[in-house]
Amino acid sequence: MKYDAGNITWVLISAALVMFMTPGLALFYGGMVRAKNVLGMLMQNFFALGIVTVLWAVIGYSLAFGGTGDFIGNFEFAAFKDVATTPPPGLDALPVPPLLFSGYQMMFAIITPALITGAIADRMRFKAWVWFIAIWVVVVYSPVAHWVFSPEGWLFKLGSYDFAGGAVVHINAGIAALAAVLVLGKRRGWPQHPMPPHSLPLTLIGTGILWFGWFGFNAGSALSGSELAVQALINTHFAAAAGMLAWLVVEKFRSGHATTLGAASGAVAGLVAITPCAGFVGSMNAIYIGAIAGAICMFAVSWKMKFGYDDSLDVVGVHLVGGLVGTLLLGFFAESVINPDSGIPDGVFYGGGWGLFGDQVIAAGSVMVFSFVVTGVILLVLKKVLPGGIRVDAEEEESGLDLNEHSETAYAYDRV
Amino acid sequence: MKLIVGIVKPFKLDDVKDALKDLGVHGITVSDVQGFGRQRGHTEVYRGAEYTIDFVPKVRIEVLVDDADTERVTQALIETARTGKIGDGKVWVVPVESVYRIRTGEAGPDAL
Repeated sequence: MKYDAGNITWVLISAALVMFMTPGLALFYGGMVRAKNVLGMLMQNFFALGIVTVLWAVIGYSLAFGGTGDFIGNFEFAAFKDVATTPPPGLDALPVPPLLFSGYQMMFAIITPALITGAIADRMRFKAWVWFIAIWVVVVYSPVAHWVFSPEGWLFKLGSYDFAGGAVVHINAGIAALAAVLVLGKRRGWPQHPMPPHSLPLTLIGTGILWFGWFGFNAGSALSGSELAVQALINTHFAAAAGMLAWLVVEKFRSGHATTLGAASGAVAGLVAITPCAGFVGSMNAIYIGAIAGAICMFAVSWKMKFGYDDSLDVVGVHLVGGLVGTLLLGFFAESVINPDSGIPDGVFYGGGWGLFGDQVIAAGSVMVFSFVVTGVILLVLKKVLPGGIRVDAEEEESGLDLNEHSETAYAYDRV
Repeated sequence: MKLIVGIVKPFKLDDVKDALKDLGVHGITVSDVQGFGRQRGHTEVYRGAEYTIDFVPKVRIEVLVDDADTERVTQALIETARTGKIGDGKVWVVPVESVYRIRTGEAGPDAL
């Protein structure tokens, strides 16, 4: 057999784990919105599983992993042609079949735009979301994945490292979320009127699913059933735990209570930050990275109040900031001995100097600029060309997305 | 006949219900309500953002009684619902013109 069964098995399971993160994310966010908008939120996330899958098969995978261009792939794998038989350029030594690789990567393409839904909650027309996600995954996600994940991409060749998507997934979605809320505007009544979560139990279930799925996200990115995958899994769990504790400590001192939403948010912040680092750092350093992210993100979620952008469920505060924390800290904590095959140099703390850190800054910065600008342009164009624009009108916003966009109600408790 | 309406603290509902049962009251209607009085609302904190919740949850109890029982039932309700702290609620009594039992069509005190 050409491929090791252990490798295939672990990456198959990982693909399923990462798939499960999108429903987990739907619950994580769904619990945080008001009851009248929970189906709208769940639907935006579930819809990603449908539309991104088809687009990935038709064109997304090819633009991300085909060809040898610096900035974008080509059409060699369009309509999923030759995917099963041909490894992507630069990945001839892939430890798993290319078909499995493409399927595993597809799950990342699904959850990345889904992350943006947390910022635009409660006010975007479903039709506008459909157009947005379809365009975004092709013109933003695929190119950025090519830059970073394809060995032919310019950030890969530059020498920046991103183990499982700190830049491609979290910085990318986080900065896109910021552009989206700036174009879309605030929810009616924000921040004067309270908009508290309608079901923190749903949010906690979602957090548990995300945490569980993240083992596939990070440890699966080893693309092998190997010691590297083991290290990545341990790091993932350590960072989640430390992120949760750090958030709770800061929260307790700042506002007097350790909250369940704080526990969930801190764990996710730790998971986000360890994503780029999972296969490049030692176990104790994963605890430090998770804790730093948990504490910084706890502060970052209050920036929206200061600057007045309605990032409803803190995609900027948790994913952009957490992704930046992890991507930049890799420049300090990276150890070449953890992952010698990758060629990663040592970070600042291990005598490797500032070279890696500099490349990480370039990677983070270029993804931010590209994603922010292109996301903004997509939404400004959609706002002009879509009849009715990209936002529901005031009355629909007041009565909720569930009824107006989907003609359903989540909780039919009232009989009258 | 009178309608006695009480707005009480939710945790007092069981005590009030038991007291009214002991007095031989045949039925009560209970609903969850929210409002404000002299008791202030409370604050909730989500990801560091404080929200002031202006309305306090209370339970609304409605009891239909014969004129002769009004004082006894009203006093029992007041005494069992009282904690002595702010936010104990209100009780008021309104006259009722007529009462019917839907099943039998009985009217007046017989329908209570």
